[in-house]
Amino acid sequence: MGLFQKKNTIEQPQPETVDRHEKKKKSDSLDIFDFSGELAITVRDLDLFYGEFQALKKINMEMPKYQITAMIGPSGCGKSTLIKTLNRMNDLVEGCRVVGEIIIGGLNIYDRGVDLSALRKNVGMVFQKPNPFPMSVYDNIAYGPRTFGIRKKGELDEIVERSLKQAAMWDELKDRLNKSALGLSGGQQQRLCIARALAVGPQILLMDEPTSALDPISTGKIEELCEELKKDVTIVMVTHNMQQAARISDKTAFFLLGEMIEMGDTEQVFSAPSHPETERYITGRFG
Amino acid sequence: MAPRKYFDEELDDLHETLGRMCTVTERMIADAVSALKTLDRALGASVAETDREVDDLEIAIEKKCMRILLKQQPVAKDLVKVTTALKVITDVERIGDQAADIGEIVRQFPDDKLFKEPEHIARMGDLAVAMIHQSVESFLGESVGGADMVIHADDEMDALFNEVKQELIDRIATDASVADQAVQLLMIAKYLEKIGDYAVNVSEWAKYLVTGVHKEYQ
Repeated sequence: MGLFQKKNTIEQPQPETVDRHEKKKKSDSLDIFDFSGELAITVRDLDLFYGEFQALKKINMEMPKYQITAMIGPSGCGKSTLIKTLNRMNDLVEGCRVVGEIIIGGLNIYDRGVDLSALRKNVGMVFQKPNPFPMSVYDNIAYGPRTFGIRKKGELDEIVERSLKQAAMWDELKDRLNKSALGLSGGQQQRLCIARALAVGPQILLMDEPTSALDPISTGKIEELCEELKKDVTIVMVTHNMQQAARISDKTAFFLLGEMIEMGDTEQVFSAPSHPETERYITGRFG
Repeated sequence: MAPRKYFDEELDDLHETLGRMCTVTERMIADAVSALKTLDRALGASVAETDREVDDLEIAIEKKCMRILLKQQPVAKDLVKVTTALKVITDVERIGDQAADIGEIVRQFPDDKLFKEPEHIARMGDLAVAMIHQSVESFLGESVGGADMVIHADDEMDALFNEVKQELIDRIATDASVADQAVQLLMIAKYLEKIGDYAVNVSEWAKYLVTGVHKEYQ
């Protein structure tokens, strides 16, 4: 099967000095996912354990392509754990065990054959706190593409410009490309992180409370950006801000104590939730 | 402290003011019908004047709803409560207007005596009072059964209106001297028929409040 062939290609030990063309090939060989289907992500019977503790219980959900899915719920409900399973960030957590399937681009990402670089190229992530690398704006954006073997200045220039334009900050930053990213405001840093995630051309963008550290103006800019981005990218967002979920998401999933209580069209969830626990949470009766 | 103590207090206050607006309007229509039956001009005048109270209550409720929307950004049942309140007060205010119009007609009635016992109009009046009462009770008490009764009662209201209309046409045809009075009575019948329609609207909002599904989708 093609997957294993490609995987083997990736895992072959690379010589110290690699031919540029070979590196380019590596970048191409990461496209092992097929995103032609209607669903970007399908989660099936997912259980997740941290040692003995079960953090996610029998999660089943389908996230449509080019939509924004919001995950809401009180602290400790498992939503951040779940979003981290979508690009296997939890692999780094000791004692973390996952049972069930997450199908992305036609593959169960927890299958042995799946290459993590390929997965994370397609499933990017933006965190709560902006975390630009301590380097220039340009190098922040070029970091991912360089990792995947792109070295040509012209090609990198193009990617940097395209990514910053996609993140609606090209005009702001085009004259500051060589300045340190740490000198940007918090809101700009967060949008830079989005641009950095976009630079490797992901199909899915995971956002874990992307605006909770930002002021309302920056929050508004990121929300508008999400609306734009969903033309090309599927977005999954964890948020504690109910109004944000109601404003920008197409689907909303409510989690409680490791279970997904309800998922539906955002308008339905926020106007007539089917489950009383959802109603109690979104109307502020607990949590 | 409960996480939403003030929000619940605001919702209770909204509910209480809505109840007051509905009660005043219900009394207006009962008085208007009673004023018509006895041609009590003073009572008719008093009904017409009460309309201002209903208008003031509508404005007060609108302000309360706007404040809740602004401050609390309600969702789910809370959102449904506030939006249905905004819709219902429009219908209730119109019921008040129609009751006031009936009161005004009675106050200025062209004759001191009705040319005949207005049995069908009286029946329409009683039905309007019952429909308003039931729809308001359904809305404030969030029950669906009473709302359905009102929706069915409206068919009887429409049938009665057609009977009254035909009776008045026949009467004018045989005795032109009662035309002025007959036209006034026809207007009253039309107002009562409209009140029935508004009561149906209130009942539909009551159903929406309970089920979360609007009539269009039921």
